[in-house]
Amino acid sequence: MIAVIDYNAGNIQSVLFALERLGANAVLTSDPSVIRGAEKVIFPGVGEASTTMQHLRDRQLDEVIRQLTQPTLGICVGMQLLCAYSEENDTPCLGVIPQKVQRFVPQNGEKVPHMGWNTLQNCQDVLFMPDLEGEYVYYVHSYFVENGPFSTAVTEYAQPFSAGLQKDNFYATQFHVEKSGKVGERILRNFLNL
Amino acid sequence: MLAKRIIPCLDIKDGRTVKGVNFVNLRDAGDPVELGSAYSEQGADELVFLDITATHEKRKTMSELARSIARHLNIPFTIGGGITSTLDADAMLAAGADKVSINSAAVRNPALIDELALNFGSQFVVLAVDARQMDGEWIVHLNGGRIPTELRLFDWVKEAENRGAGEILFTSMDHDGTKAGFALEATARISEMLSIPVIASGGAGNMEHFKDVFTTGKADAGLAASIFHFHEVDIPDLKGYLKSEGIVVR
Repeated sequence: MIAVIDYNAGNIQSVLFALERLGANAVLTSDPSVIRGAEKVIFPGVGEASTTMQHLRDRQLDEVIRQLTQPTLGICVGMQLLCAYSEENDTPCLGVIPQKVQRFVPQNGEKVPHMGWNTLQNCQDVLFMPDLEGEYVYYVHSYFVENGPFSTAVTEYAQPFSAGLQKDNFYATQFHVEKSGKVGERILRNFLNL
Repeated sequence: MLAKRIIPCLDIKDGRTVKGVNFVNLRDAGDPVELGSAYSEQGADELVFLDITATHEKRKTMSELARSIARHLNIPFTIGGGITSTLDADAMLAAGADKVSINSAAVRNPALIDELALNFGSQFVVLAVDARQMDGEWIVHLNGGRIPTELRLFDWVKEAENRGAGEILFTSMDHDGTKAGFALEATARISEMLSIPVIASGGAGNMEHFKDVFTTGKADAGLAASIFHFHEVDIPDLKGYLKSEGIVVR
């Protein structure tokens, strides 16, 4: 069973529908015991960092997520909250992955948010294999994680940034895997097959 | 590189596609979900569904529509055509919509933009604006371009951005239906003024028009309806053409 963490953060229904299309057995839950007992956990997110962190704390889910040992996938703001700190309203995050979340600074008149389809490069992780190099995925975000030791794929917008992250049992995608067409479905299936 | 987006727009009435759409191999060409899937298969980057139903049950029918689209489609979509309150928008989000577009309701009550951005995030809010030139000035119009307002286009889109809109969908009523090309100058001016993406709409008649709107018009996305529905331009051909012209598309 896949637990999708319910904490009042955006397009959770799309994530559930994407799992349904892949035939996965998923439940939307904020119950710590259900989340801890799930085979895999998905941590979605759309919204502002400090508010979404507050929603997690209100439900005592921050500690639950930190202690998860099963494969866990953070999506978009879910990925950012797995990091240590976000510049968005100066927000301390979960600290699972020791990385900082920064705001895009346009280098060449790029618009912020980075919205639309962009390519995956330097794909390394099981989620991006076999070979999704150069494939397009769908992004909507104004903040990013620098390319670093935990990056599993890279995208360029104003500068290279982490399309994906992985540390131990924690996986993450900055793009919306649930809205990224067939490529997104392959990545989600790779996670489900872990 | 971030790709330029191609967005087909579908008009929906009572849960059915309105404009005649002629796809081969579709069991039910009036079914918005099946049509949306066909466009998605062809490489559409996003879809816009405009509900033109006028009933008291509108919120319920729109939310059912959004739900069935979200269940079956794996690309982003926007739904609009009657969202006038946070409650309406919340129902769309709960149904799985990625974005809502607001138009006349935002002109009548600009604070709606702030409310939606605050409650659901800017990425959820597409400000659609219909405008035409009157005495050399671009003026915002209501109700599909029929009723002029006092608002000047460029002031209004700037205000919308400041209030938290995440994207602008600009339709030139002067160009809509002409198939003579998009409003390049006005689109470029909006795109240069704002730091949020601009979707150009109205006037697409051939593939070159899309090249023009992405280069001269500086648009981030191009939207069209009938030329896609009637196969005057097919999306795979369009993307192949744009690639050959050096424009980044998916």
